[in-house]
Parts: sequence; structure tokens; C-alpha cells
Amino acid sequence: MAELKALTALGGYEPRVDEFAGLIIREVTDRALASLAARLGSEADCAAAAKGLLGAVLPEPATWVAGGDFTAWWMGPDQWMIDADYASHTLLAAELKSVVGGAGSVTEQTDGWCRFDLEGSSCFDVLERLCQLDLRSGTAGDAQRTALEHVGCFLLCREPGRHYSLLGPRSSAGSLHHALMTAAGSVL
Amino acid sequence: MIINHPILGPRDAQEFTYLGDASLIERPDPQAENADETFHDYVYLRDNPAGEHQELWYHEQGDRSWLVVTRNTLTHEITDVQLARDAARARGRSK
Amino acid sequence: MSDMTVNSGVAFTSDRAAKGTAKGQSHRLTGGLVERAKPLSFTFDGKTFQGFEGDTLASALMANGVKLMGRSFKYHRPRGVLTAGSEEPNALVELRSGARQEPNTRATVAELYDGLEAKSQNRWPSLEHDMLSINDKLSNFLTAGFYYKTFMWPKTFWEKLYEPIIRRAAGLGSASGEEDPDVYDKGFLHCDLLIIGAGPAGLAAALTAGRSGARVILTEEDFLLGGRLNAESFGLGDMSGMDWVGQTQAELAAMDNVRILPRCTVIGSYDHGVYGAVERLADHVLAPEPGKPRQILWRIYSKRALLCAGSTERPIAFENNDRPGIMLAGAMRAYANRWAVTPDQRVAIFTNNDDGHRTATDLIAKGVEVAAVVDTRADAPTVEGTELFAGAQVVDTKGKLGLEWIRIRTASGVTRDIPVGALGVSGGWNPNVHLTCHQRGKPEWREDIAAFVPAGDIPVGMSVAGAANGAFSTSAALRTGADSAVASLAALGFDVAPADLPEAEDAPVNVTPFWFVKEGKGRAWIDQQNDVTVKDVKLAHQENFRSVEHLKRYTTLGMATDQGKTSNMGGLAVMAELAGKEIPQIGTTIFRPPYTPVAMGTFGGRSRGKEFRPTRLTPSHKWAAENGATFVEVGQWLRAQWYEKPGETHWRQSVDREALATRSSVGICDVTTLGKIDVQGADAATFLNRIYANAFGKLAVGKVRYGLMLREDGICYDDGTAARFAEDHFVVTTTTANAVVVYRNMEFARQCLWPDLDVQIISTTEAWAQFAVAGPKSRDLLRKIVDADHDISNEAFPFMGCAEITVCGGVRARLFRISFSGEMAYEIAVPTRYGNAMMEALMEAGEAFGATPYGTEALGVMRIEKGHVTGNELNGTTTALNIGLGRMVSQKKDSIGTVNSRREGLNAEDALNLVGLKPVAATEPVVPGSHLMAETGEVHAKTDQGYVTSAAYSPHIGSSIGLGFLKNGSARMGERLRAVNPLQGQEVLVEVVSAHFIDPEGERLRG
Repeated sequence: MAELKALTALGGYEPRVDEFAGLIIREVTDRALASLAARLGSEADCAAAAKGLLGAVLPEPATWVAGGDFTAWWMGPDQWMIDADYASHTLLAAELKSVVGGAGSVTEQTDGWCRFDLEGSSCFDVLERLCQLDLRSGTAGDAQRTALEHVGCFLLCREPGRHYSLLGPRSSAGSLHHALMTAAGSVL
Repeated sequence: MIINHPILGPRDAQEFTYLGDASLIERPDPQAENADETFHDYVYLRDNPAGEHQELWYHEQGDRSWLVVTRNTLTHEITDVQLARDAARARGRSK
Repeated sequence: MSDMTVNSGVAFTSDRAAKGTAKGQSHRLTGGLVERAKPLSFTFDGKTFQGFEGDTLASALMANGVKLMGRSFKYHRPRGVLTAGSEEPNALVELRSGARQEPNTRATVAELYDGLEAKSQNRWPSLEHDMLSINDKLSNFLTAGFYYKTFMWPKTFWEKLYEPIIRRAAGLGSASGEEDPDVYDKGFLHCDLLIIGAGPAGLAAALTAGRSGARVILTEEDFLLGGRLNAESFGLGDMSGMDWVGQTQAELAAMDNVRILPRCTVIGSYDHGVYGAVERLADHVLAPEPGKPRQILWRIYSKRALLCAGSTERPIAFENNDRPGIMLAGAMRAYANRWAVTPDQRVAIFTNNDDGHRTATDLIAKGVEVAAVVDTRADAPTVEGTELFAGAQVVDTKGKLGLEWIRIRTASGVTRDIPVGALGVSGGWNPNVHLTCHQRGKPEWREDIAAFVPAGDIPVGMSVAGAANGAFSTSAALRTGADSAVASLAALGFDVAPADLPEAEDAPVNVTPFWFVKEGKGRAWIDQQNDVTVKDVKLAHQENFRSVEHLKRYTTLGMATDQGKTSNMGGLAVMAELAGKEIPQIGTTIFRPPYTPVAMGTFGGRSRGKEFRPTRLTPSHKWAAENGATFVEVGQWLRAQWYEKPGETHWRQSVDREALATRSSVGICDVTTLGKIDVQGADAATFLNRIYANAFGKLAVGKVRYGLMLREDGICYDDGTAARFAEDHFVVTTTTANAVVVYRNMEFARQCLWPDLDVQIISTTEAWAQFAVAGPKSRDLLRKIVDADHDISNEAFPFMGCAEITVCGGVRARLFRISFSGEMAYEIAVPTRYGNAMMEALMEAGEAFGATPYGTEALGVMRIEKGHVTGNELNGTTTALNIGLGRMVSQKKDSIGTVNSRREGLNAEDALNLVGLKPVAATEPVVPGSHLMAETGEVHAKTDQGYVTSAAYSPHIGSSIGLGFLKNGSARMGERLRAVNPLQGQEVLVEVVSAHFIDPEGERLRG
């Protein structure tokens, strides 16, 4: 039996990169994701266990933090997304579950999402065509969930105005990418 | 409209899905003798005030919280927003 | 006034030589804000003209002596320009040509560019000779209510005859009928203070706010900032108004916290500080650059807003007041000062206030002859350089395609005819209160300025400054603009002082209300765009349409694209007089968004064509596209409907082949679109017990169960499966259509109904690519895929089993032994990235068995053959009893919908039951939607026995088959009924059979 060959969310064998004057849009395919939700009554244990793994406190609402190999962001009350390098943490959900045990519910999310990283000086101008969040008053560490082109997305601010990670449902990767390309083409 | 989410602050109402009267939290006791009547009323009878109204909104394109929003249906003024989970507990709901 | 005659008819010939000639610009004056070094060429009705950069189409036409610009809506009266702004009712043209043609564009705001093409509208064969001007002669018949009264009967004539004719006759511009080649965009902006309008008030506010560091957005519908400052001759301090604007704009442009949006109209005020705005990025060039938008629709989130929208001059109604050349006096002044053009070398002014005198003074200064100032006020001040007729009125005009003379009645009662080619009319100024009314705010009347101003009920967070608030002098506009900015920002915590402001004119408003001239039998226009006259308002009153809202709808006053910006006040005034009331007692109609017309393309934005909404692709989409799939939209998903093979000429051939192959060997279908919800927590089983009508508490780990969800009213709404992977971990599937709703309801249940259950949920629909592998050879196929250390024999992995396994040498997978087709079947899931490869691998492994990919059609055929319900049967009206699953609803526990499912009416003896339906003659079709009637007898709602929900051709049965609901159907097997479809006159004799057409005992599932 031949080895199964992975496709990217955009349907290619290699992640796609698009360059504009002042903006690079990169499809990111090398991240593993798992959601973590604290069990009712075990919130403190869950947080402590997660801190042991991340080396950082689970983030506050609407923010992300980085710790060691991991990035974590807030998804909802008592719920977070944990992100790590795919090659070295392919079984991230199992890894996380082994740490939090009965204190948390863990669900694999790796292939549930597509991710595009936006880098360059024109991020504000392009994103304001797409996203109703007030990004111009945002700071590094913001992690918001919102609708972008009618698609529910996470938007992580890495450097205001210059660097963002956008995660959307994997099946809508094409529509999301088209929206990014159209907005970038419209502005730049 | 803008809904001042108790955790996330002001958010565009476009991110939310509307359900209706917050009395939907108060699901009757199915074991009660008059459950037939109370469930009928629960499903079909709503107040429709011209004025202040407590209603359920769901942050579907956000953190997935259900909220109880107190909104004036005449002016759209929103005077209070709570997490529905807190509101439900305050109304005596548990397991 | 030697050239003035008394009742002598036409005494003046207009300068026709200047009309229509290229490069003429015979009516261009000196000065102004046009770039004489940048001449621009354009065409109007095919004739070439020249204007300058800075012109609008209207000013450029005026420069070339063109007065006639359009024909009116109803009477096809010749019309010229009335205003110099977006309130224009008359000078509407078709702009551009081909696919970019845009009808009903106001020439007064169309910025001139080289190569601009414009055509007049609503005329045939030409603007000068319009056949339908016959309507003008028929005007006695075409009064208000004409259509209502005339085209009443016969009823059937309306749609086929009257309406098409009326629409053709009464339309204005025409659409191109082609797809718009341009793109439109949308976007979102945020600010502390939104300042709407960049006239003196808006600029003073922006300076004040900008210096405070607050985030400011300043919008201006014009392409120049400055508002009326560009149209006036007086100075600000020691500068000209225009220079002060330039200096202020430069300072604002240097501020990072201020965003200036010229060519941007705020079109609506919405709740909680949200405003809609349209920015026109490329309407002033020949065509947008490729990929660049023509316009952007902005949603602006503001903490505070300041409306500085200025004011609009209002006309006075008098007989024949609509001839080309008759315009608002303030517009005439704006054309002279800003664009250096005049409609004629010899003009007159008709006014009831001091502002009209300003126009006379400015025109005289520009070298235009002002033959007379006719002022309704007996005590009107004199004007130097022209003759003043105080206490006089203009009572009639003459001129064929343009004004040639006016007739006035002087204070002493005599009439005089004054030959002029243009007349400036001023009835006073109305504050532009529109945006203050978008949330049902009602303006209030201010007697001292005889105008409505915003009242206390304006949108929350909004303030109003300058002329929009009745502060008409330049000095007052500057001062109130700056002060309002201070107040708005103070409320946000900014400590700010008003900007230093220049000295400016501070003239009082001297106006004596005068709305319409009572003399004359002819028509005096109030609403020029919709051709509504004083007579029409009188008629409405006479016929008892006396509420202002009724007046509006009966006469269509103010209902044209200009929303009556120049006409509503006149209508109200006439009505007030007829009713013997004061204007404030009459009230106003409601202004609604948009402030000015918006093209549909702008609202569409990027959402057009295939991008109308987002599309979701299945993991094997690439493979499907490469292998002949036809796709169907299922919600946002694109799913393979069938896979066409070479030689197949009809979709049924493909579908029959797929269904037959699946039942005889093995078929493969991408079922990723079904919703998948991960449910975990100590109370997960308890939670599912309450979500599903049937019991889940005792489901063993490693097993799957079918589940039915009810609404709280006892009606079914979704079904699916739940697989238990651990004591505290389930994976729930939903139908494709309801994935979002089920998830939402589950969140509602866990947050609002049972907040203390320990249960956490998250969607994993996208994370796993899932395939149905169905048919007698499905296990043989899977054995070649599933890694050897997993035993999938019937004994080790029986029907309704589930397991986490590996496939293809270590790829993680989930295997479920479930079946929708009724065959022995599995669903296998792998991480989505491997979905496409998995499809390839399954096809390769299945080659020996003739493995066949199947689409949604074959899936549908097979589920109908098995009597499995889907959305057609779970249609929002049916109960578990109806679909044959009544006994599944557990009465031993509480779940959503249980109590109400017990209601008597839902459990009647003759309740609908799901049945199978077979045509008695195998060649006949079963048609979904048909109603079931007895074999003979009347076809009527009262004899209705039920209806057909689903039907398909079954290649296994060899005929069309259907599912349907039939009263007491379970007890009526073998009965013959008519399936009737009265809409198409169709009747098919059918036999009632079991809904399980194939393998009713379900043996194949367990093989």
C-alpha cells in the first residue's frame, strides 16, 4: 500500500505563498493543534497541568501566549487552542491529554483548520477590508475569534500592523484565500 | 448593533445569532404533574414587550457564549449583558 | 430697465450659438477652483465638449451653455440643473457606456474626467424632440392617483398590459443589461469621533479633535473639502475661504490620527454608533485600474459622531418654475464662485431671504448681469447693481427648452415680463437633518429660521453642528463645530480645547417664510423629480389623504431617488396651508437610509458570482474533480452528485450504475460533510441522554448508536449517530444541513439549561475526512487498507462498532460500522490532509472488486430504497411517530421534546405514518410533493390522505419509488391511492408498500 500523501488546505502538495508590495500571504501547514477545555470543577488542576507543559500560564480571554514549543490561545470560557510544530508534535492531542488527564477535555484540531500568515507593512490596510475588529488599536498577543468574509476565524496578532496569523475552517480555505487575495489586490 | 460582551467587550451584533426571550432558560420540571401545561407555555407563550426585554444571543462567530442581553426593543439601548450560564445558575438551574 | 417689457411675450433670445459647440465654454467666468491648464474632453448625447479639471459634468455643461439636461419622469418636461450638489432632482444622466453605463447619475456630482460620456435620459428620439412630451399635454389626466384610479380593471390586465407599458413610459435611465465589469469592495473602520461633512463646521471640529490625539474620521461627499466655503466669496480672517480650507486640510493630512475620506458619503446611521458610508474611488476616472474597486462600502464604528452635513436650499413653487435655467440661488452662486460658470449672462433672483441677495451681489461681481431681484418681503434690503422688486413675486415663466423670460407681479399689483436666461430661487435653507432621523428621530421646527432642526431624539452618540443644526453663518458653523468636538471628546475622556478659529461672516438669517405663489392656473412644481405639483397636493388633500405619510404615498412626493431633499418642505407647507395648520403640526415624513442612492454593486461588494458566499470543499474534492464528478451545492458544501463515466449520456445512467455497483460489490462516498461534534466530560452520557430522544446512558465503549433529536415542541429536527470512544468521550454526527444548528443547540443546553453538567463540546467536522465504504465487498476492500493488527472481522468488529485504528501503514484513522445504504458498510475517517490520498487508496484497493465512487444522487436512491429519513421527511412538521420511530422516544428519562411529544394531537389514531409508494404501472413516476388521495373521488384538501416526500428511480426495483406520509399508513399496506399533483395536472396510481424496499429484515447490515 502506497504511503498516503498529504494535501495542503488549498489542495496543493506544497504550501502556497503569494507576494504583494507590502504583504506576503503564506499558507502555513506545519502546525499541530489541539483544543483543551477544563473539566467543570477541575479548572485549577487543568491550568496547573497546562502550565507544566507550556511553561506559561494559559492565556486570558482574547489573547495568546507562547511557551517553549507551544503557543496557546483563548477560544472561549475555560477553553484554549494549543499549537505546536507538527513534525515534532504530530500527536499533540495525545500528548496534551496525557498531561491534563481527567482535568481537561482534549480534542485533536490539527486538520480542522487552515492557516494563513500575513506579513508586511500593509496588514492594516488589507485586513480592514475583511475584518470588523479594531486591529489598529490592537497589540501583539491579541487572539480574537470573529467572522471574516462570513467564515468563522481566529486572528492572532503577532506584531500590530505587520504580522498576523489567520486560522479558518479547512474546508473554506479556498474562499478565505480568495478573499485575502482579492482584498490585497484591491489595496496594493 | 454593538453588544458589550461581558468577557470580550463591545462586539458587532453580526457575530451573534439571536434566539429570543431569555425565559427559555427556565425549562419547566418534566416530572411535575402539570408538565403538559408548563411545557406548552414554555414553548409557545412569550412576552413581546415594547421596551425592556431580556433575550438570548449566541456569540456564534466568537467565543460560543450564550448571553442574556437586556435590550430596549424600542430604542435598541442595551442596558445589561450577562453570560447566560451565570444567568441560568442565578435562576436556579444546575444539572 | 429699458429692456424690460410689460406683457409683451418673448423679448430675449438665448445665445444659441454657444450651445452644443465644442470648446465653446461661452459661459465660463473668471476665477474659481477649476484648473484651466487641464482641459478635459467629454461628450453629452454624442456631442463633444470641453471642461476643466475640477468641473462637475453639470458645471462643464453649463460652461458650454447647455441648459437642457434631461426630461422629467412623468410629463417629459424639459429640465435643467436645479442644484449644485447631491440633492439634484433634475439633471440625471446615463454616465459611461457599454457595460459600465450607469443610469440616473446626478450631473451635479459627476466629477469630470477626460473621455467622460454622458447621455440624457427619458427621451426619444432626442432630448430636444421627445415624443412622450405629449404626456405634458395630457397632464390634466395624469395627476396624482392617476394610476390607482385608471388601471383598476380588468384585474388581469395589470400584470400583462398596464404595468409593462407604464414602466416603459415612465422609466428614467436604463441599465446596461450587461454584467458590471468593475469590482466593489467593503471594509470596516473605527474611530473615536466620526465627523460627517467637511465644511466649516466639520473642518473646525476635525482640527479640534485632531489636535487632541483622538482617532478621527472626516468624511466629505464632495471631492473637495470645504463645503460652502468653496462656493462663497467672503474670507476667513485674512484668507479667502478656499485658502483656509487648503491650510486646514494640510494640517489634518499631517496628523496620523485623522483619516480624511473625500468622495465619501455617509449613507446611514445605525444603532450604537455604526455608520454606513460609500467611498467613490474611481468614479472620477475613465475606468478603475484592474482589480481596484470602483467604490467601497464602509461600516464605520464610532464612539461619537458629529454631523456637519450643512443645509440644502429650498425652492419656491410658482407656475412653470421648472424650466431649464431656473435653479436654486445658492447653486447659481456656487457655480459662479467655485466653477466660474453661469447659466446665462443675464439672470434674475427670486428670494424670500437675505441669502438670495448674496447671489445677486456675487454674480454682479463676476460680471453677470442681474436684471432683477424679486423679493417677497416688502421690507427687503436693496442690492447694489440691480433693481429690487420688494414685495413682489414671480408668477409665470416662458421659454421652450430653456427659460426666456419671467413674469413678475410687483408690490403694486402690475405684472412685468423680464427677459432672463436664468433665475436663481431661494426659499430659505433647510438643515440637512437626514442622518439624525434614521433611527426615527423627528426634527423640530425653529420659527426664527423657518426650518426644521434636529431635536433631542437623534441617534445616541451623535451631535450636530453648523448649518445642519441651524447655525447658518460661517462664524457660527466654525464655532459650533469646534465646540461640539470638544463636548464629544470630553465625554470620551479627552481633555481638549477648541481650535483657534478665524474671523468669519456672522450674518443673521433674515427669512420670511414664503412657499408657493398662489396666483396662476398652470402647474407649479414642488417635486421636480417625481413631477408633483402644488395641484397634486391640493388634490390629495381634497381626496382626504391628509396625513403627511399618505400625502407622500398618494402623490409620490419625495419618493424619488433624491428623497425629496428640495421638495418635502414645499409639500408640507402647501398641506399645512390647506389644512389651516402650522407646519410643525403637519410633521415630517421619515428619512431613511441611504442618504443618496447607492448602486447595487456596492452593496454586493466582493460577494458576487461564485464568491457570493464562501464555499466548502470536501477532502476528496480534487480527486472527484479529476474523475468526472458533477458537483452539487449542499449548503455551502460542494459535493459530488455523480461521477460520469465515458459513454454515459444521461445523469441517470451514472446514478443507476453507482447504486447497482454499491449493492452488488462496493461503493465509496465522501461523507465528510456530516457534522461531527466531539462531546467529552464526566457527564457526557447524561448530556446526550437529554439531547437525544432515545437512551444513550448504557451505550458501551466501542459502540455506535442511531440517535434522534427532537425540538422542545416534540417535532423531530435531526438525526445521526453517536459513537462512544471512552466513558467520557463521544463523537456525535449530525446531518450536513443541521451541523451548525445542532452545535448551537448543544451549547444552549449545556450553558443555559444544565450549566452544572460537566460536558465540553467542540466541532471536529473539518478535522476528519470521512468516507462511506458500502456494499458486500466493503470488508474485503478495507482489509487491504486497514493495518493488519486491527481485526475487522464481523466477530471482532460487528455492526455498530467503532474503533480507533491505523491504515496504510500507520496513518491514524477512525472506523465505524454504520450504514446509510442498508448494505454492510463502514465509515472510515482519516486526518483531512490525507482525505484525497485516502480516496485514491480506496479506489486502488478496490480495483479488484470494481469499487465505484458514488455521489449524493446514488446515496439518495439507496436511502429511499431503505426507507431512511432525511431532511425531506424531517421537515419540521413530523414526529418520531410519523417517521416510524415512535417507540424510540424513551419515556423513562427526560430529554428535549419528550414532554410535548406526548401531546394528544401528535398521537392521534390517524396520524401520518411513513410508507413506501410504488407506481402501479412501472413506467409511471412518483412525484415528490404530490398529495395522496383515494383511488376515486374528489381531489380536495378535505380528502387529503398525505403527501409524497421523496422519490427516485430505483434500479433495483426497476421503477420509480417514493416515500411519503399517509394517514394511518402503517395499516394500509397494499392499498391503491392516487398521487396527485394539481399544479401540473398529474395523477399517478400508486400502491402503498413498506418503506423498506430492500432487505426489510436488515440482514445485509450484519453480514
